[in-house]
Amino acid sequence: MSPRPGFVLEVERSTPPTLFWHGEGFRLERLPAGRSRVIYAPEPARALEDPRAAIRHALDHPLGDSEPLRAYLRPGMRLTVAFDDVSLPLPPMQAPDVRQLVIEEVLELAAEAGVDDVVLIAALALHRRMTDAELLHALGRRVYDSFSPAGRLLQHDAEDASNLVHLGCTDEGEDVEISKRAATSDLIVYVNINLVAMDGGHKSVATGLASYRSIRHHHNPDTMRRSRSFMDMHHSELHSSNWRMGRLIAASGIRVFQIETTLNNDTFPDSFGFLQRREWEWSLRDRASFLASSSALERLPASLSRSIFHSIRSPHAMSSVQAGEVEAVHARTLENVYAQQLVEVEGQSDVLTMGLPYICPYNVNSIMNPVLVACLGLGYFFNLYRGKPLVREGGVVIMSHPTRSEFHPGHHPSYIDFFEHVLAESTDPVEVAKHEEAYATDPWYVHLYRTAHAYHGVHPFYMWYWCAHALDHLSAVIVVGGERDAVRRLGFRPASTLSDALEMASDVVGPSPTITHMRTPPLLLAGVI
Amino acid sequence: MRGDAAGPAETPAGPIESVATALAGKRILVTGATGFLGTALVERLVRSIPSCQVVVLVRPTRRSDASDRLKREILRNDCFDRLREELGTSFDGVMAGRVTALAGDVSTDGLGLESAGIDTLATCDVVVHSAASVAFDAPFDTAVEVNLLGPSRVAGAIEAAATRRAELSPGSAATHLVSVSTAYVAGTHQGFASETLASEAVRTSPSSRTHSTVTTEVDIPAEIAAARRLRADLQAESRRAARLRAFEAAARRELGAAGPHLVAEKAEKLREDWVHAQLVAEGRSRSQALGWPDAYAFTKALGERLLVGDHPTVPLSVVRPSIIESALAEPRPGWIRGFRMAEPIIVSYARGLLAEFPGIREGVTDVIPVDLVVAAIIAVAAAGPDPAGPGVYQVASGVRNPLRYGHLVDLVHSWFSDHPLYDSRGQPIVVPQWSFPGRGRVQRQLRRATKMLSYTERLLGALPVRGAAARVEARVEERHGQAERALGYVELYGAYTETEALFSVDRLLELASRLSPEDRQAFSFDPAVIDWDRYVHDIHLPSVVEHARVRTSPGRSAIRSRTERGLKAVLAPERQLAVFDLENTLIASNVVESYAWLATRHLTPLERARLATRLALEAPSLAALDRRDRGDFLRTFYRRYEGAPAELLRADAQEMFADLLMAKSFPAGIARLRHHRGLGQRTVLITGALDFVVEPLRPLFDEVICAELGTTPDGRFTGQLQRVPPTGEARALVLAEYAKREGIDLAEAVAYADSASDLALLEAVGFPVAVNPEARLAAIARRRGWHVERWRASAKGIRSPLPFAAREIADPGACRAAIYSRGADRQEPVG
Repeated sequence: MSPRPGFVLEVERSTPPTLFWHGEGFRLERLPAGRSRVIYAPEPARALEDPRAAIRHALDHPLGDSEPLRAYLRPGMRLTVAFDDVSLPLPPMQAPDVRQLVIEEVLELAAEAGVDDVVLIAALALHRRMTDAELLHALGRRVYDSFSPAGRLLQHDAEDASNLVHLGCTDEGEDVEISKRAATSDLIVYVNINLVAMDGGHKSVATGLASYRSIRHHHNPDTMRRSRSFMDMHHSELHSSNWRMGRLIAASGIRVFQIETTLNNDTFPDSFGFLQRREWEWSLRDRASFLASSSALERLPASLSRSIFHSIRSPHAMSSVQAGEVEAVHARTLENVYAQQLVEVEGQSDVLTMGLPYICPYNVNSIMNPVLVACLGLGYFFNLYRGKPLVREGGVVIMSHPTRSEFHPGHHPSYIDFFEHVLAESTDPVEVAKHEEAYATDPWYVHLYRTAHAYHGVHPFYMWYWCAHALDHLSAVIVVGGERDAVRRLGFRPASTLSDALEMASDVVGPSPTITHMRTPPLLLAGVI
Repeated sequence: MRGDAAGPAETPAGPIESVATALAGKRILVTGATGFLGTALVERLVRSIPSCQVVVLVRPTRRSDASDRLKREILRNDCFDRLREELGTSFDGVMAGRVTALAGDVSTDGLGLESAGIDTLATCDVVVHSAASVAFDAPFDTAVEVNLLGPSRVAGAIEAAATRRAELSPGSAATHLVSVSTAYVAGTHQGFASETLASEAVRTSPSSRTHSTVTTEVDIPAEIAAARRLRADLQAESRRAARLRAFEAAARRELGAAGPHLVAEKAEKLREDWVHAQLVAEGRSRSQALGWPDAYAFTKALGERLLVGDHPTVPLSVVRPSIIESALAEPRPGWIRGFRMAEPIIVSYARGLLAEFPGIREGVTDVIPVDLVVAAIIAVAAAGPDPAGPGVYQVASGVRNPLRYGHLVDLVHSWFSDHPLYDSRGQPIVVPQWSFPGRGRVQRQLRRATKMLSYTERLLGALPVRGAAARVEARVEERHGQAERALGYVELYGAYTETEALFSVDRLLELASRLSPEDRQAFSFDPAVIDWDRYVHDIHLPSVVEHARVRTSPGRSAIRSRTERGLKAVLAPERQLAVFDLENTLIASNVVESYAWLATRHLTPLERARLATRLALEAPSLAALDRRDRGDFLRTFYRRYEGAPAELLRADAQEMFADLLMAKSFPAGIARLRHHRGLGQRTVLITGALDFVVEPLRPLFDEVICAELGTTPDGRFTGQLQRVPPTGEARALVLAEYAKREGIDLAEAVAYADSASDLALLEAVGFPVAVNPEARLAAIARRRGWHVERWRASAKGIRSPLPFAAREIADPGACRAAIYSRGADRQEPVG
């Protein structure tokens, strides 16, 4: 039996309450009957039976204008294998990680070909450096042990001027500056995990291995407002810019052999199975584990709940792998992503509701701070559409999350100051951007980014820019169950219950508004027609 | 009213036509002019006796001579505001012409007068001796010197100047000494205390049962000798080894490992305090043993006796006021100088701190406004000495116009109910209703409470608490202080609220009757004029509240505005330097955690478990050593690094910074540090942590002063420190050196630290800040009004509660340096 596609449920009187994520916990909410609908993600796609064989096959049968990988490998060459960092996949997957499988096959071929000069680079862009434990998890003990002690396992440093090279500017005047090691290699093999439609393609190298000087050209309020959405590369200025850069990189004679993988929607282990099943289909066991876990979580201190959730390792399975020339590979990848995630939805509604989970790409093994809450809701979830947004222009987004003003001082130091000072002044992305330079060049933030495990000083600005399209589009954002002061600081309105929030929303969009609820994760992409 | 007063009262003199005329052109010397009564007296003499000259006997101090003190402490007092207004610009000139200062000291034989001084004294027609040690809890020997010997010394000086007086102004009358005593020389026993000297009381009524004056026979020279010896004895006792050890232990309890100098300073202070307290206590015991309520009344009484006994030739009048309080009318209603006996009690009551106070409801509280006493003294001076012998005048209200204690309490209660004080949050304070229990019961209750609170405080102080727990301790300490103060008031003043003695004023009234009707009006001292309700409500209490600097309006929270002021001062652009401690100031971690992290980074799970157990077992002794001497603790603890490969540790420390230290940092602390840098101020880190541990923090500081381990030629740590680690007092020294080298004024420096062991560092700068202070420092900061920051620990990430490094690392076998297992098993022989 093939997996069932996504589903749009029209809420009726008899519909059981709907599950809302709420940070490190859940809420069951009754949506108004007759005018609400719930979008469910498609069920997990079939996993590849033999991922290693599939990888080997992909390496030998490249897409687009590319030779098989082994054709590029020769003794004495410089090979750089770059891979996606800890922000992917979400939640982190059970071992072995897809990156480990792919890289082991790549290294196997390189060894066969007698390539000695191999370096692995975590393509961090401006993300935090991964910890040893995270690298070990992503690469596996064998790869880690043979590269790390030898100093051949690197993490990209976007602030290391001596290890960056400026390749030129695009027609639009965008600087292209990437890792010198990568740029001076005979071949870059990029190992990607394409969790959502935004990932991959030219963005892998052009962003993942780039410098602040380069990244700032597409990570800004203007680009983000013209990316509608950034999950749809054909209507995304973010992608247009990355594609221009990627083509310039290719034109500079740098060969990139792109390996992209897709994962299925099997997001949570059995104990949390109810999270990916539709409520009316919950088994007795699902009900029991929902009750047990939600009542336990209510009683636990926040830090303990956080530890429990962050220890979840997702059973994600590889659903496809393709390799070769970047653009051809990515086109195939996107097909596979859409096949797993796309749900056709008819028309927009007045209100969009979403329950925000405990994790987003930037708080793996960390703390979800208020700025990340905003980005997860208005940056990621709001943009999970193709065509037009799920909510009409002038509509309202209601998000459910505890939104505590808690920050990880090691991972998000500049976020703390951004929240305390920049957002206190204005929440308009254009106004906010005026402070960008100061944060991006702050020597202490640069020091922490380069030597500790801190996101780059500019990163909270990017989080805010990612909300720009939503902030333009919406009349109001309401947070249910959030810490009031923190919610207000974000420029949103706090509500204690969903019905209060809906009451507040009807002041903006009129009485009896139509409501759409995104029941995600598991991930979905709404094709709104 | 009883009219059985002794002899002199029976020979009434004639009327006094005019007080002003009687004293016209007279020269009047006043002792104790810087005091409450003395100031009022000088002012009244200058204002109301137009042609008299006033000489004030003032003790020169190290900083100012007698005329300086006259100007600053007497003429500038608001007592003279009325005159200042009347005289306008001529005030200074008039004062210079009428009031002169004479340097002298009543606690020295001969008053410390040289020949010029004796000449001045010789020209004086009247000497009003009002200098006294009025504190009921003054050290016994001071009270003896001033109160007991003072009057005799003044009389002696008058005798000594008598010949000179005869030479300088032949034919003039002998100098009249008006000595101010106290009504309480009679004690506080039930019955009428007449206006007689103790000697007469004994003569006229040999049985002590029939008069209420304390007439206990006392060997005065022996008492003086005993009091003088007492201080020497107590000084000797306080220096005995056992006592010194106790003082040192107490100092250490309060300051912790602040450093030997500070502890020594504190111990010496405690020793001096102890001597003082013993002097007070011994004095009270001796006085009570002989029948007086306290050393004040006792020494005053003996002073009177000595004066009368030793100087029969000096024409003498004795004025005995009861409890002097704010002015009824002169120079203005409510004028008061200094915080006197009743005021602290009233203010404590208004602040809700005295839940109960002993007293006899129907007993008389004998209060007398200062201007009545001044008027009486002037009238006594004008009347001149009684040729029949020393005249005694009691200025007291209890017989003529009694103010019942219960009524007084009701008046105070109703006034503060209508005009409440406000607490630090801006809420009105509700005053308690007293039930007038006996003194014994109140004392017992307060003693019990004080003892309990003292134990609790000591217990909490011994715990390594900070944050919320430290605030509990702050509350306990505050309560303890309040209870102790309340107990002190009860012990000191309880006798006066339980007084059953009634002080006769027959002679005083007789004196009043001799005045002209105009003078009776102008120099009114008949206690009948006081309307107590009006006096308490409209005159005294408003004046007390005004002087007490208490909150009389809701307004903004005092705590908040103080915090804001403190913060503003700390962040002012003039500051030149900000010094930070590391552990628990910027980072909620310590050297043991750092060691545990570094050591575990290369250990197998089994070895980790052993290390964890070992550290857990050692924790109490490590903590004790740390409390005793931080430097020793570091020296001992750092030996664990012996043999560790330096390069590897430096690399590991970088990772530890990212994994452990940053995650445990106080974001507000880092922000504050960066704020100082943003203001262009220098930043210095002073820490006992090791250099490679703090290395990643270097970009935040202009200077890092830390501990450093030596290395062997093959790149391993020796486990020995290179220099004395910057702990305790050493911190202040290295900071001072740094400031000197860089030309920085430490008065413009800010220091942030969390513990009493940083006391020297905090004291060294102009702007100390206690960060999340542990209990001891919190107490010190509270007392000294230091700015306190409560920086919130950052939210717990998802790291384990143990400060261990992540387990997965490359090739554990190869990396595991021998040292780590050695470090974990230090006791075992090293192979």
